[in-house]
Parts: sequence; structure tokens; C-alpha cells
Amino acid sequence: MTMQEDHKDCFVLEGKMALPNQNFAGRLGSRFLIAIRDRKKIMGLKCNPCGKTFVPPREYCEKCWTKIADNWVELGTEGELVNFTVVRYGDRHLPKKPPYILGQIRLDGADTPLTHIVEGIDPRDVESGIRVKAVFAEKTTNTIMDIDHFEPV
Amino acid sequence: MKMHVKNRNVAIIGIGQTSFSSHKEDQNQAEMVQEAVIRALADAGLKIGDIDCIVHGNMELFEMQFAPDLWHSLGTGAYGKDEYRITTGGTTGATLVCAADNLVASGLYNTVLAIGMEKLQEGNTTGGITNMADPLWFRNLQTGALTGTTAQEMIDEFGEERAKRAAMRYRIMMDKHAMLNPRAHRRFGLEYSQMEDLMANSPPLVGELRLIHMCSQSDGACAMIFTSEEKVKQGTKNPPVWIRDHIQIHREETIPNLFGFNKPEVTHHYAARTLFARNGIQDPVAYFDVFEMYDPSAWWAVDWLREFFLLKGDEHLRMLEAGDFDLDGRIPINPSGGVIASNPIGATAMLRPAEAALQIRGDAGGHQIKKEVRHALASGFGGTFWSVLMILEKELNWQEVSHD
Ligand SMILES: [Zn+2]
Repeated sequence: MTMQEDHKDCFVLEGKMALPNQNFAGRLGSRFLIAIRDRKKIMGLKCNPCGKTFVPPREYCEKCWTKIADNWVELGTEGELVNFTVVRYGDRHLPKKPPYILGQIRLDGADTPLTHIVEGIDPRDVESGIRVKAVFAEKTTNTIMDIDHFEPV
Repeated sequence: MKMHVKNRNVAIIGIGQTSFSSHKEDQNQAEMVQEAVIRALADAGLKIGDIDCIVHGNMELFEMQFAPDLWHSLGTGAYGKDEYRITTGGTTGATLVCAADNLVASGLYNTVLAIGMEKLQEGNTTGGITNMADPLWFRNLQTGALTGTTAQEMIDEFGEERAKRAAMRYRIMMDKHAMLNPRAHRRFGLEYSQMEDLMANSPPLVGELRLIHMCSQSDGACAMIFTSEEKVKQGTKNPPVWIRDHIQIHREETIPNLFGFNKPEVTHHYAARTLFARNGIQDPVAYFDVFEMYDPSAWWAVDWLREFFLLKGDEHLRMLEAGDFDLDGRIPINPSGGVIASNPIGATAMLRPAEAALQIRGDAGGHQIKKEVRHALASGFGGTFWSVLMILEKELNWQEVSHD
């Protein structure tokens, strides 16, 4: 049985709020982007006490609060797709036209996954565990999109 | 019936601030938060593992970051801990302190870290306050702190020349205080000789509210650590500062309409007389050694001094004109430079008790009051005239609070 709700004569006023916003990468995040842009290298930050390497970068190990901001290590530009979803809706703020694969890639040498777009494989065929490699963008935007996408090795 | 009974005493034992600025491109939000947290932990001589619970506060619309406390956990140290998030507009920072006080006083937690932050440069503050209003239907007009009404009322009551000079004198006094505080955002180096020029030539915003009278939009964070009396007795790195009592008074914005053109009692006045009465404080000007007041504009600041100190007529103007509110006056106001100098909104109202506590400790640095500070008052303010008022003490020796 479905519930019948009477919405007759219940009016709605449309809001018109728009909130532009920015998101600062900070000095540390910018260094990470510069390495991608200028050297085609993906850098991580390693916590020596925990033996964990984080990417994207962070100033402090979130587990033990060791300052790791200067402990850069070079990661591979290849890694394992450890998780993914298929984006099936389009909107102005999204980076690609749907459908596309948003993957989590554990780069060689990293303990945390980097989230990025996976191309070169049909969304119906993608599965966790495949090896993927970074494809760098031809033109820089000084964003994480300086890696254009990842694709199967 | 007894209300507002404090189960056990609570002390501020750690304070950390970032600098305040409209330019913090070098940090993301979590990094900025962490700078304040690390300073507070160092100030308390504690490690993040010593913290039992974290209270986080900002205005999420101002950064457009949904559930900011989750993202900021990289900087707050909330990993594996209990955590609460508080968002009460301009009062957020003061509400954080009230919440932390209550959480420790209740016995739920021994040591609580409260963090107020805002990174206004990344968002759209006016969008979050004013653009969401629909004054024609239920979502009432919210102007933030930009209102010329108080300026006009003061001009009507005290005459144009005296009122304008009072607001500008206050403004220049705040700048003189801010010049002594290296963390303050706006430090112009104003002199009293510039008063006439600023009164005439600062760009008008609304009526006689001019740009120079207004607070800034700042980025920054403040963190404070609170613990129980039992814990304090085991030793603290710096002297503890006790939270004696606090009160929060709210008002629905349309209430004055019910009274026609007769103004209801200002929330600040209600908060002050209630708080002072239940603590047996007869003469607040004589009792307190410093007042860190949330002063969104110079006009409101001057007007509110009358409300908070329960003054009559032009007493507040006479005190201002006599220099009583100066850094080494009878009852110094905002040695830090106040909100007019630095306004990272989610942290702003926390900076008031934080700065008041530093004054009690004698650790305020360049803007330290010369005489001993034993009793401090701190206020928070937010939209629709939310008022938070709290009493901080150097010694744990006050009279039992009356609760009838
Ligand atoms: Zn670690």
C-alpha cells in the first residue's frame, strides 16, 4: 500500500544562493604538483616510525603525528587499481563526460591510494587488481589534472 | 530548582594561535588548523594522545567544505577520538569554549581540545550570510555585522560630533593595541591626530558606518585545551586559568517587530546582568581587570560597552574619553586589537577567552597589560544578536555561585 500525501496548495519558494569557493593546495600540496608538472614524478611523504608512505601529501603522519613534511620519497608512476567506481552522471563541476572510471590507485611504494581517472578500459571490463600507469597531461593547469589519467599497463 | 550547577572546576591549560591574515595560500585548511593545535599542545606540555575529546568549529558555508571536521582530522588529531562539531555563527568560538567547559565539568572527559578555524579567503562569506536570506518570506534578512543603525542611534543620543569622535577614538585605540600584537591581521599604525580625517574620508558603508570602523575578513585558527581541577593538581606546564561561569543568550531576529519600535533589552545586557548577579559581582568595571570583547565594528563596540558593563547614560563615553579602556587604563578593552583587527570567524569568539587567559597568565607578550590581571571577562557575538559572556579567574577562590 502506498501512502497518499496531499500536497495541494503547499507552495515552494526557490532559493537562488550561489557560493563560489576555492580550495588552497598549500605549499606542500603545491610542491607535490610541481614535481608532477616539471619532472613527471609522483612524490609521497614517508613516516619513518610507522613505515607508511602517504600520497597525496600531508604535513604530519595522522597516526603518530610525526612531522613528515620534508621526508619526500619518489613513488612509481605505476600501481595497482585497488578500488573504483563508475561515474554515470554529468555535471558542470565534474572533470569528464560520463561514463568514466574513478579509480583508487596504490602507486608502487605508497601505502595510501591516489584517486584519479582511469581510461583505456571499458567501464564494463574494469576490475580491482589490474596494473595501471600514469599518463601525464601535455599542458599544465597546476592541478592534479597534470596527471591526465591512468590507463592499463 | 537548581540550574546550571557546575559538577567540577575546569581550567584552560593550553592556548595556540596562528597568525591572522587575508593571505594564507601557503596552507590548506587542515595544515592551518594543525599549526594552532601543535602550538596549544606545546603550550600545555601535552601530546595529542593526552587529549580525550575534540570539539571543532567553523561555519561550513564560509569555506563550502561539507563536514569540515572530517577533512580537518588530519590537522585536529581527532583520529580515534571522540569528536563534536559546533557551528553557531559568529559565536562559534565562544560556544566551543562553553562546550569544552561543559564536557570537562560534566566528568565525561578529563582533557578536551577545542579548535576554532576559518579560511574565509577560500569561500564566500557574504554568500553564506546575506545571499541565503529571503527578507520577503520567512528567511529573514541577515546583514552580518554591516549595519548603520547603531551609529545613527548614538548620533541621535549624544550628538554627531561626540558620537563620531567616540567611535573613531575606539577604532584608533584598537589599532594601537593591534600594533603590539604581531599575530593581528590589520595593523595600520593609526594616530589620534588622524581622527578628523578618518571621520570625514574613510569610505562610507552604511550611513556613518565607514570602512575603517569595520572588522576584517581573516584566515586563521585558535586551539585551546581544557582540563579538570583534579588533573591540574597533578601539575601543569603553565599556570591554569579557571573558567568561573559562562552564559549564552539568543534572540530570534524578528522579536523586535513584536515590540514595534520599542527595543527589547539587548541580549548583551541580559547576559551581563544575569551572569554578574548569579556570581555576586556588583560593579563589573571595578571587578574585572580586562575585557576581551567581540567587537565587529567600532560603533557597536562603544555602544556594547554600556550594555556589558551595565552603565547608564553617557558613562561609557566618558570612560572612553578619559582613557579608561586603553591598554593601561582602568579596565582595558581588547589588548589583542580585537575583532576589528582580526576576524577568522570560527576562531574569532574563541580568541576572546584565549587572549583574556593569556592576560591572566601574563603571557600576552607585547600587548600584556602592565598591572596584574586576576579577573577577566570575554564575550562572543553572532548573528541575530547571540551573546556569549564568560568569566575567567586566576585563582580558584571565588564565592559559590547562586542558582535561584
Ligand atoms: Zn607515523
